[in-house]
Parts: sequence; structure tokens; C-alpha cells
Amino acid sequence: MNLQPSPTDEAFRAEVADWMRRHLKGRFASLLHRGGPGDEEADPALRKEWERELAAGRWTCVGWPAEAGGRGLSIEQQVIFHEEYARAGGPGRMGHIGEGLIGPTLIAFGSEMQKRRFLPGIVAGTEFWAQGYSEPGAGSDLANVQTKCWQEADGSWRVQGQKVWTSLAHESEWIFVLARSEPGSKSRNGLSFLLLPLSQSNVRIQPIRQMSGGSEFNEVFFDGAVAESGHLVGKPGEGWKVAMGLLEFERGVSTLGQQMHFAYEFDLVVKAAQANGASANPQIRQRIAQAWCGLRVMRYNALRMLSGGERPGLKREALIYKYYWSNWHRELGKLAMDVLGPAGDAISDDPRIRPLQQLFFFSRADTIYAGTNEIQLNLIAERGLDMPREPRPAV
Amino acid sequence: MNFAFTADQVMIRDAAQSFLADESGSAAVRAASASETGFDAGVWQRIGSELGWCAIPVAEEHGGLGLGAVELVLVLEQMGRQLLCAPYFSTVCLAANLLTQVGNEQALRRFLPAIAEGHLCATAPLSSGADDWLDAAAQIQARRKGEVWTLSGHCPRVPDAAAADWLLLFAQVEGERKAALFAVPREVAGLKIEALEGWDATRRFSSITLDGVTLPAEDRIDDASRIEDGLSRAAALARLAIAAEQLGGAQQCLDLTVAYTATRKQFGRAIASFQAVKHRCAEMMVRIEATRSAVYGAAALAASKTTADALALECAVARTLASDTYFYCAQEAIQLHGGVGFTWEYDPQLYFKRAQASSHWLGNADGLRERIAQALIA
Repeated sequence: MNLQPSPTDEAFRAEVADWMRRHLKGRFASLLHRGGPGDEEADPALRKEWERELAAGRWTCVGWPAEAGGRGLSIEQQVIFHEEYARAGGPGRMGHIGEGLIGPTLIAFGSEMQKRRFLPGIVAGTEFWAQGYSEPGAGSDLANVQTKCWQEADGSWRVQGQKVWTSLAHESEWIFVLARSEPGSKSRNGLSFLLLPLSQSNVRIQPIRQMSGGSEFNEVFFDGAVAESGHLVGKPGEGWKVAMGLLEFERGVSTLGQQMHFAYEFDLVVKAAQANGASANPQIRQRIAQAWCGLRVMRYNALRMLSGGERPGLKREALIYKYYWSNWHRELGKLAMDVLGPAGDAISDDPRIRPLQQLFFFSRADTIYAGTNEIQLNLIAERGLDMPREPRPAV
Repeated sequence: MNFAFTADQVMIRDAAQSFLADESGSAAVRAASASETGFDAGVWQRIGSELGWCAIPVAEEHGGLGLGAVELVLVLEQMGRQLLCAPYFSTVCLAANLLTQVGNEQALRRFLPAIAEGHLCATAPLSSGADDWLDAAAQIQARRKGEVWTLSGHCPRVPDAAAADWLLLFAQVEGERKAALFAVPREVAGLKIEALEGWDATRRFSSITLDGVTLPAEDRIDDASRIEDGLSRAAALARLAIAAEQLGGAQQCLDLTVAYTATRKQFGRAIASFQAVKHRCAEMMVRIEATRSAVYGAAALAASKTTADALALECAVARTLASDTYFYCAQEAIQLHGGVGFTWEYDPQLYFKRAQASSHWLGNADGLRERIAQALIA
């Protein structure tokens, strides 16, 4: 166990910080600390330009291997990049679904043609992606996907059905979809993984208005939408394997960057408490200290996750992480509003208040998406503690 | 930066786990804690001379192994898990720790080699304030006349005092602003040690009264130039040690509960298969792993170069989480064991009592959170 960074890592940290300082200014200055979950509607056009600025500096897809167009950085350096990016107030990444989800999936499971066609656009920040997994009847029970797909005589694929909670579909060119290719199949069998362009007449995108007022998610309707014959990833019927495969590669390198943003929000809460005198309230002081404890836990927990050893997906610290950060974040949102008091109730554009209101509302989604609290606790009990599964009714 | 344990650290942890599982099981703990001394002298002797655990944090120049907080935390975690009854915590985590952080050169040479060899048993107050023993210092007055110190006062809670050869006690010296530290031999005129019978029988406490105890000049053992910084560091490390024990205790509460619910059948199936039970065990695991991250993180910080303030803050975080997690898991263990969880026969009660007793050693969670708040908000 060693917390001392190496000189090479220190130099790399300085390089990232310096690049961010020189580029995140001027016409990009308005993007400081903007974007990301809960704030995705902040100037998407400019944030796409920012993606291309990053690409010009070779700061997209830093963890990808060089032959895929990435920088091939070590885990340590990826962590440093994400930390310094967030520390500098780098905006929420428009390209994160491409860079973090579909790109690595294609690198692992895609054909050579698919890699050649899609990876460069992700690296260059010119093509953006949406994820089509959840459906009205397939939320926690994701394997219950009902969207259908079939192959036409010319080899192309057709998709019929509906996806939901599709983040940023309205800002994306492409979507990857999990659909049932074997009629009558059940659960995780008989699913296929397809890549579709969103700009076609038989795809309709309908925004969902959130409790916080904005619309980052959508419903996406497919009415015989077309995917090219070469745009099936993996084999027909192996879609579940492709869809889940990503979790095995995910090492959580971006979590320390996410934590930098959490630390920024925590500082906003402390500043708000100092400004309005709430910081003298003993209960508020207890809760601020409690929130700080959570920040320290998340940092060391992430370092444990990233250290070597067992398969990452099975490590105890990895199993608890999503449940821990989402509930911590939700608590921070409530603390922020309790610190603000009545000032928090007024709709505001004040940069000291608006982000805290966003935090309060959007963190309600944190404990629901990507595995609800209840699903997380099942996973922890079953994988972490070897407790038996709830008996399921015979189908 | 690497957060993985070294092979040696894993070996120390595994050795501690297997030794303590053999020698400090439930029956052994119950027998030791009901005995007159409160611990098994044979096990304590093996820990000191055979396993060398007392030497872990002692510097090599003083006869120790010169290992760091990480190794110590790994051993303490297993001790807490098995509720080891032995004066290890008081000798190593209080006395040796205080000597190392604030002791003068002469005192280091005088006491540390014997502690490292497992030949000397020592202790220090485990007071309940979050103010790094200032409360303890205020209750004993020391006056110097020529080459002789005279100490009078009271110390309400000293662990393992009856077993200790030496008691390290804080005192206030007339005309001095800072606390002073004295080494008081157990057999000295004017020292009264009164055993306190506690609900948690796995760690014995005594109340100490000094009525004109006289000591030679060399028994004042602090190095005045190090006392301020050193007291903060020693208190931080002692809190980290408590947190490590608490983490182990919490883990055992979860392990006992998972094992019990797998065998207990109701409605025709193991109660471990009900989500109402699984989710509560999962919640225990979340809090335990969070605590583990904080404890290992603070240990890694303690093993590297850092300021006293940064160390105090990080150890306060670990200790706050560990106290809350331990009590939570102990109470959940009782609840999820159902009726038998309330009996003397089953073990959750032992952990429940230790969780409560340890919750205020060197400050309770609320007091430490206020200290954290002071550091963050002022």
C-alpha cells in the first residue's frame, strides 16, 4: 500500500492540468462545471465543439489501446486524467456513451469493419451515441426485453418496439439496441445487439420531462427501423453476452473524476452554509462532517477497486460502490437544500444556488438508474454474501 | 500509487486470522473474560514472544519490526473480530504509541525494547473526550521538588491497569501550559487501582487514584518539544486502532448473521432467501466495506509522510464510521437472529456490548464529527 505518486505520474498530472488551463477558457469558459447528469441541457452544441477541442489534443478515449485510436494510458494515468479534468471544471462529456460504453464493446466484440467505421468518429468527437436497453416492461428486469428484430432478405435488420430513459437520444447520431431476434425466446436468450442510425423516418424520439423540469431522457420508438447487415455486434442471439460484457471491462477509472465533481458540489454546500450562517447550526455541522466522511470513503474505495487482485466485478468494494455513491449523493442534495432553506425553494439562476437545486432533484434518479437501490442490494447479498436468490414463480 | 496489500501484509493478516480463530473463539473469549485476570496469559505470552505482534509498530532501533500502521491495522481487525481478551491494545496501541510519539529518548530506550519483546505490559488512559487526552491531563496534578515528582489526582478509565507493569499517565504540571506524561509503576505507594466491572467483559477497565505518589525525575517521560504534535498523532493512531478493531467486530456480526440465517428455516425455507433479510445483510456489508475503505485509507496515510492535522482528520473519519457501523451491525445481528439473538448463549450480545463500550473511547462519533466540522468549516 503506497499513497505516494511516482514522478512520471506527477509530470503527467501537471501536463493534463496545464492543457486544461490553456484550453478551457475563452469561448469555452461558459462550460466550466456545466453539463453531466442533471445538467445535460447546458449548451450541447458548444459541448460538442469542446469534444473536438479535446480530440485535437488527443484527450478523448485516453484508456483505449493505441490501435483503436486511444492513448493506451495505464489505469493510474487514466485516473489522473479524469481527476484533473474534473478538478479543472471540465464540462460533462457529450461523448461519454461512445467513449465509455459502445467503444469498448466494439473493441471487444465488434468486427473489423465495425471498428473501422465507428471508432474514429467517437475518438474525433464527431459522432455521438445513445444506449437502447431499458423498455417500459424491462427496467430492473432488463432481460425481459420485448423489442423485436428480424433480418430481411437483403441481409439488413429491422427493429420494432420501444426503448425508454434513453439519455441524449435527441443529441445523438447513433443508438445501440438490445432486441429479441428469436421469436418466443425468453429472458436473456434469443437477444441480439444492433447499431442503428437515429436519423431515419421510422425512428421517433419523444422527450420525457423530468421532475427537475428538463428533458435529458427520451422515449425512442422503432417502427421497422433499419440497421445495415454488417451492424449486428456479435452473433445473432448473443446480444445479452455483448450487452453485459462491458461490465467485465469497466474498471471504474472515471469514478475518481466523478468524485472530484462531488467534492466540488460539497464545497458549494459548505460555502452556502458559511454565507448564510447555517454553518453555525450544530446539526448542519454534523451532516457536513458526515458528508465529508463519505467523500473520503469513496476515494479510498475507488483506490481499492482499482488496485490489482481478484476480478474487478467481484470485489466487495466494487459491489457496494454504486449503492454507496448514489445514496451519498442523494443525501448531499437534501443537505444542500436544508442549508439553503427558503432560498432553495425559489427557482434561481444564481451559480451558487442553481447547481445545488439540480443536485437535489437529479440525485433522486441516481438511486434508480443503472440498477435501483433494491436491485443493488440483491446483487450485494447474492454475489457478495452468497445468500440464496428469492425463489421465482414458474413461468 | 498502489492501494494493494503487499505479500507480507497479506501473510500477517492471514496468520492473525488463523491464530485468533483457533485461540480466541467464542468459548475461549467467554472463559477468559470470566477469569480473574480477564485474559489467557498463555495466549498473551505467545502473541508477545512467539508471534512478535507487539514488535509490529516499534522502530527497529528499539528492537521492533519497524512496520507501519497498515500491518497493525490488519492484525487489530482480526483481534476485534475475535474479541481477543489480552492487554495488546493497551500495551501497543496506547503505551508504545504514546512513547513513540511523545516519549523522550531515554524513555524510548527504557521501555520500547521490552514491549517489543512481549515482556512488558503497559497502559494509558482511554478517556472519552475528543480532545486528545486533555481531559485526562486535567485530572492529575504533578509537582516537582528537587529530583522528585509528586502526583495526585484521579483517572477514571484505564484499560488493563491491573495487568500493566507500568501506567503512562498524563498530568498537569504547575506553571506549564502543555500536558506532561509520567510512567508510574503499578507497585508504588499511594497508587490505588480499582477494578470496574463492565458489561463488556472483553476489555477490563480500572479507575486510578494517585494520592501523593512520588516518582524519580526520570519517570517524567515526555519530550516537551514533541508533545503538541505528538499527542495529536498518538490520539489519531489510537483512534485508528480502535476503528480497526471495530471494523473486525462489525464484520463478525455480519458473518454470524449470514451463517445463522442460512440455517434458520421458517415458512419452509431458509430466512436468508427473503429479501427483507437479504437487504439488511447487504446494507451491513455496504457500511462495513465503506468503513474498511476509510480504515485502510487512514492506515495508508499514517504509513506515509503526512502532517499531524491531516492524520487527525483522516483517523477521525475512520473512527466515526467504524463506531457507527459497529453498533449498527451489532444491533442488526441481534434483530436478525430473532429470539436467540437476545440470549446469553449466542454471540451477538458480546459484540453489542463491545460496540457500545468502544463507541466513546477517545471521543464518540458526534464529538469527532464536530472536530471534523471545525477542520472543514472553522
